[in-house]
Amino acid sequence: MTSSIVQTAFARRHLLTCDGLSAGEIVALLDLADKAAESNRQVIKKRDVLRGRTLINLFFEASTRTQSSFELAGKRLGADVMNMNVSNSSVSKGETLIDTAMTLNAMRPDILVVRHDKAGAVELLAQKVDCSVINAGDGAHQHPTQALLDALTIRRAKGRVAGLTVAICGDILHSRVARSNINLLNTLGARVRVVAPSTLLPPQTERLGAEVFTDMNAGLEDADIVMMLRLQRERMQGSYVPSTREYFHFFGLDHEKLARAKPDALIMHPGPMNRGVEIASTIADHSRSVIRDQVEMGVAVRMAVLEAMARLLPNH
Amino acid sequence: MRKNGSAAEQATAFLNARLIDPASGKDEPGGLLVRNGEIADLGNHLRRNAPERAKVIDCKGHVLCPGLIDMQVFTGEPGQEHRETLKTASQAAAAGGVTTIVVMPDTEPVIDQVALVDFIQRRARDNAAVNVHVMAAMTRGLKGQEMTEIGLLKRAGALAFTNGKTSVANTRVMRNVLLYSKDFGALIVHHTEDPHLTEGAVMNAGEVATRLGLPGVNKAAETIVLERDVRLVEITGGRYHASTLSCAESLAVIRSAKARKLPVTCGVSINHLTLNENDIGPYRTFFRVCPPLRSEDDRAAMVRGLAAGDIDVIVSSHDPQDADTKRRPFAEAADGAIGLETLLAAALRLHHNGEIGLMPLIRAMTINPARLLGLPAGRLEKGAPADLILVDLGQPWVVDRDLLRARSKNSPFDESKMQGRVLHTMVAGNTVYQYAAGDRS
Repeated sequence: MTSSIVQTAFARRHLLTCDGLSAGEIVALLDLADKAAESNRQVIKKRDVLRGRTLINLFFEASTRTQSSFELAGKRLGADVMNMNVSNSSVSKGETLIDTAMTLNAMRPDILVVRHDKAGAVELLAQKVDCSVINAGDGAHQHPTQALLDALTIRRAKGRVAGLTVAICGDILHSRVARSNINLLNTLGARVRVVAPSTLLPPQTERLGAEVFTDMNAGLEDADIVMMLRLQRERMQGSYVPSTREYFHFFGLDHEKLARAKPDALIMHPGPMNRGVEIASTIADHSRSVIRDQVEMGVAVRMAVLEAMARLLPNH
Repeated sequence: MRKNGSAAEQATAFLNARLIDPASGKDEPGGLLVRNGEIADLGNHLRRNAPERAKVIDCKGHVLCPGLIDMQVFTGEPGQEHRETLKTASQAAAAGGVTTIVVMPDTEPVIDQVALVDFIQRRARDNAAVNVHVMAAMTRGLKGQEMTEIGLLKRAGALAFTNGKTSVANTRVMRNVLLYSKDFGALIVHHTEDPHLTEGAVMNAGEVATRLGLPGVNKAAETIVLERDVRLVEITGGRYHASTLSCAESLAVIRSAKARKLPVTCGVSINHLTLNENDIGPYRTFFRVCPPLRSEDDRAAMVRGLAAGDIDVIVSSHDPQDADTKRRPFAEAADGAIGLETLLAAALRLHHNGEIGLMPLIRAMTINPARLLGLPAGRLEKGAPADLILVDLGQPWVVDRDLLRARSKNSPFDESKMQGRVLHTMVAGNTVYQYAAGDRS
């Protein structure tokens, strides 16, 4: 029974980071997510694991897919879901993050899903509230459910994660997706590479458990998975990379570079994509692209996390 | 600025003390007599017997040494009095064994005019428990563009000139400041961090920053500015003091400058001698300081540099911040840690750990800053001001930030176990602090 593994294996009040998650915990969540993926393909998708529970999506940074993914996951498990978009300008109105947290806490939610543009902000908030907190992305730090959904997508397509070579390519410096994936894929036994120009690589990335490449052709050599990252528009103009054109030439995924990877290599992207910047349009729609599977697995993984957490929520 | 109360008229005798005076290199048993706010006599002949009518303090063999001189203290007066006033800072100083503080010009308004130097001096005279001196801004508004009235400010009492928490990016301005200040013998105290490299950075670059997803700055940002400044000292001859260095590479620059007999000195904050970047742990904002905490290798190099005499001065870099500026996500929080009350105890950690001897440690907080700033204090010598502290080197205590006297509570040493505390603090012959048993233990 996989569900009994979950009860013992993933028993955390919060999910804030992939750093420190054990392989047992991760596998347990992925097993649960497999089941959720199955139920999501049925006509009746709704279950009642979270009936009567309140889930608040608290997003300090704009997001379409992560927020809707959590919303759907919560609703499919029967929770009441509320979305709160707090633009970061409210900080200039004077209310601090902690004030916001305390206000929401007083509304007695059971689970808070939080995204913030500053690293560590979600952890800070988790220290101040009584409910469970899920990190939906904090600055350039962590985005654990993204790494879980990536691992699930890989496992379903390849049958395993251990032993695979995963090349994460693009803006590693500013990427929480990269950090979470480096942690989680290492724990599951994959070999992780990062590929980026030096201006977009944080110092000592190798200490996190990744082999570092500044030449994309070398970095993709015999890779099983090519995971592209989004290059944010503000990074393109001059200070990190000279131009979109030059970036695409050296670090955009096209057919030529993809040919360096294994013939059955999967193409992944956490979205939203910049077609023609980090990924050629035809590659994004390639038969080996699992980008849309990632979106589907996103809902499943979030349901798994919510379900695992629901078992720990106080019942009175 | 010193208070000369009536108590100063009566003689006080410290008997049975261990006298430590880095100025003369003495560390020996003896006694010390205070009269009229000055050290009237000292030596072994006063170990057991006090002159008649003198008030006697039995030191029980504890250390009696010059009160500490802290040449980098930020307060909130004027402008941010809810964080710290001269009064509360001086109370914290007295309890920490600091008898002279030099306050920085990073206030609102910036201390860049004679009237403001005067304001601080008068406020200190009326409210402060310890000696307060002013370090004035070297550029107007600390903007790094136009030079302040260095001659007039110095005459008004400013002990040195600084650009506060920022480096002057404009090399020509820096050159002119060094050149002009030389005519007045004024000391230029500079924070060395390249403003472009540090823009947006919130901690030291490296594995810890990468794991935390925080923007980091390479320590070269410090060394780059320091190297430029040393080159400018070479062509101008101005007296230059790098305020708070934090890495081994910078010390190499200092050693080379000193070997060439340039008028270059440097300081280090107690934080960079006793803490490292790993202390930040899960985004603890009380460990966010400027320059940022570096690696353990750099911390150890700073201690070695202090022992070797490459580093001249230890400062607390006391920088009060409140909940509004510290209870925030790490990247949004302000830099700064309070340190006046824990300066000596934290420094003694290095002594107790066997990292450095007592003499070089105390030297960097007494006679060295005194000589640099031209102060008569910081020494045990007949005729010197009776700014003294009695210290029990062994007494254990635990820091409780709620009990600290500073108005803001952002201490990185909160809940730390300390060994060694000040029993008695005297400023110009007046007792300004006395440890009461049960006090904050």
